[in-house]
Amino acid sequence: MPEPLRVNERRVAVEARNISKVFGTGEHALRALDDVSVGIAENEFFTLLGPSGCGKTTLLRLIAGFEFPTSGAILLGGEDIATLPPYKRPVNTVFQSYALFPHLTVAQNVSFGLEMLGKPRGEIEARVAEMLKLMRMEQLANRRTDQISGGQAQRVALARALAPAPKVLLLDEPLSALDYKLRKEMQLELKRMQAETGITFIFVTHDQEEALTMSDRVAVMSAGKILQVGSPRDIYDRPAERFVADFIGETNYLAGTVQGVDGGRAEVLLKTGGRISASYSEGMTPSGEVTLVVRPEHARAVEGAADLSGAVEDIVYFGTDTHIHTRLDDGSAFTVRQQNSRNAVLPFARGDRIGIVVGDDAAQVLRD
Amino acid sequence: MARYFDVKRQTGFATIAIVTFVLLYLPIAILVIYAFNEGESLANWEGFSLRWFVAAANNDAVKQAAWRSLVIAAFAATFATIAATMAALATTRTRRYRGLTFKYAMINQPLMVPEIVTAVALLIVFSQVKVWTGYSGLGYLILAHTAFCIPFAYLPVRARLENMDLALESAAADLYATPWKTFRRITLPLLQPGIVAGFMLAFVISLDDVVITEFVKSGGQDTLPTYMLGQLRRVITPEVNAIATLFLALSVLIVTAFFFINRQKA
Repeated sequence: MPEPLRVNERRVAVEARNISKVFGTGEHALRALDDVSVGIAENEFFTLLGPSGCGKTTLLRLIAGFEFPTSGAILLGGEDIATLPPYKRPVNTVFQSYALFPHLTVAQNVSFGLEMLGKPRGEIEARVAEMLKLMRMEQLANRRTDQISGGQAQRVALARALAPAPKVLLLDEPLSALDYKLRKEMQLELKRMQAETGITFIFVTHDQEEALTMSDRVAVMSAGKILQVGSPRDIYDRPAERFVADFIGETNYLAGTVQGVDGGRAEVLLKTGGRISASYSEGMTPSGEVTLVVRPEHARAVEGAADLSGAVEDIVYFGTDTHIHTRLDDGSAFTVRQQNSRNAVLPFARGDRIGIVVGDDAAQVLRD
Repeated sequence: MARYFDVKRQTGFATIAIVTFVLLYLPIAILVIYAFNEGESLANWEGFSLRWFVAAANNDAVKQAAWRSLVIAAFAATFATIAATMAALATTRTRRYRGLTFKYAMINQPLMVPEIVTAVALLIVFSQVKVWTGYSGLGYLILAHTAFCIPFAYLPVRARLENMDLALESAAADLYATPWKTFRRITLPLLQPGIVAGFMLAFVISLDDVVITEFVKSGGQDTLPTYMLGQLRRVITPEVNAIATLFLALSVLIVTAFFFINRQKA
C-alpha cells in the first residue's frame, strides 16, 4: 500500500495523477489536458480557475466520468476510478445549465439519486426534506421545475447533487447564469453549504473574484496545464508565473538582475535603478535577468526619492481608492493603488516626479 | 417608403385561395353528403337516410376488411415506431460525422422512392419468398407497411430529441442511473409525446395505403381502401360513400389527437 497522500496535513479526497486527455486524432488532435497532477483534500473548497479552453471543465468531466483520460489515473479515496462509468462514481455534479429533469417536481428531482441508489422509501423522504430545508425550499417541493426562478433552480440542482451525500461535489460554473446580486448571495450560500456538509467541493470558474472569495485553494490553469496551486492569498500575492499574475488582478512588472540569493529572498538590481529584495516560489533558484511582480496596492506613492522613481501620468479616482499611473525612469509603466480617506489630498499632480515605496515582501520573482 | 411585400394584397390571391379550398373540400363534402342519400344514385338526392351506413355495418366483407386494416395498422405502426425511435436515438445522440446526412436520407427512403417502385419490388421479392416458405399470411403486408411507416414515425421523435438537453442524460448518469434506467426514467418520458405522435401518424398512413397493399396482398387480404377500390370497379352505391365517411371521421380524430399531443410543451 502506498502512503496516503496528504495536502496540508489533510487526507486527499481526489487525486489526478499524470492525466492527459487528447480529443480527436491526427492533425485534428487537441490536447485538452497535458500531464496534469493535483491532489484535492477532504473537506476542501477547491477551485479550478482559467480562461475558456484551458481544460478546467475537461478535468471536471474526467472526475465525473463523462470523459475518460487518454493516460493517467484518477484516484478517489486511493482507488483508481478513471475507467468507471459516471453512475458508479460516488461523485455528483451541479451542471452549468442545471439540467433539472423537466417532467419531475422539485422533490422528485432531489430524490432521483437516492432512488437510483435503492435507498429505502423512508430514508429518501427524510433526506429530501432535509435537503429542501437546507436550501430553504420546503414550500416549493411539489412545483414543476419550469415554475421556479433561476436562483431557485440553482438551489434545486445543488440539493439534487448533495442529496446522495457524495464524496466529492463537482460544480461546473454554476453561478454564471445568475445576475450579479444573486451571484454574490449564492457565493456565500455555497461556502456555507460546503462548511455545513463537510463535502469536498471542486468548483470550476473563469471568474477570478469568485475563485478568490470562495476557495480554500485555487489551481490556475492555462492551455491544458495547471500553472500554480495555492491559497487565494498565495495565488494573488505570490504569482509564480506571468500568466497567473496577469489573469488575477492587476499587476506591475519590474525587470532586473539577481545579485544574490539569501534565505528565500533574492536581491535584485532593477533596470530602472535601485535594489529591492523579492521572494520567489519554492524549488526555484533565481539568477540572471528576472521579472518581478508588484501588486498596485502593495506600493505607495511618496514625494521625493524612494525605491523607484518616475513621473505621474494620470491620477484616477475610484471612490474607495485612487489609481496613480506613473512612467518609471526606464520607460516602463507602474501603477500604484492608494486607499482614499476623507479630506486627504494627494500632495502631487499629473507631471510631477514622485518616489514609489515597494512594501516589504511585496515583490515576487516570476518563473520564466 | 414602399410597403413590404404582402402576398395577400396581390391581385387574384383571394380567387386562387378560394378555388384551392373548393377543390380540396368540395368533393369530400359531396361524398359525405351522398353517404346519407336515400336512393342508390350518387348524383340524385332522394332524401336523408342512414341505410348505407347500416348496409356497410352488415356487410361481412367490409367488416373483415376494416378489421384487417386496423390489425395491419396497429402492428405496422408499433414496429415502425420502435424502429424509428431507435433510429432517432442513434442519429441524434452522436457527434456529427461524415455520412450522417446520407443516413437521414436512407431512413427516409420511403418519402423519396416512388411508391409504385417499392410496390413492384416488394411484389417480386415476396412472391419468391412465398414460394420458398409457403407462408402467405398478413405478415407480408405488416412488413411492407412497417417499412413505409418508419419515416413518419421517425420525424416527430427526432424533432423531440433534438430539442432535448443532452445534459439531462448526463445528470441522470451522474445520479447513479444505469444507461437503461436513464432511458426508462428520463429519455423515454421526455420523448413520449414524440413517440405517441409518431405512432399515430404511422397508423393513419398505414390505414390509408392503397398502392403497396394492392401489389403485396394475397387473395382475400383486402384492406378497407383496396376493398373500396374493388367495389368501385363494379356497381357503385352510396355504401362506398358511407365507408369513406367513417374512414374520414377516424382519420380526422387521429390527426386531431396527434395535433394536440404534438403541441404539448417540451
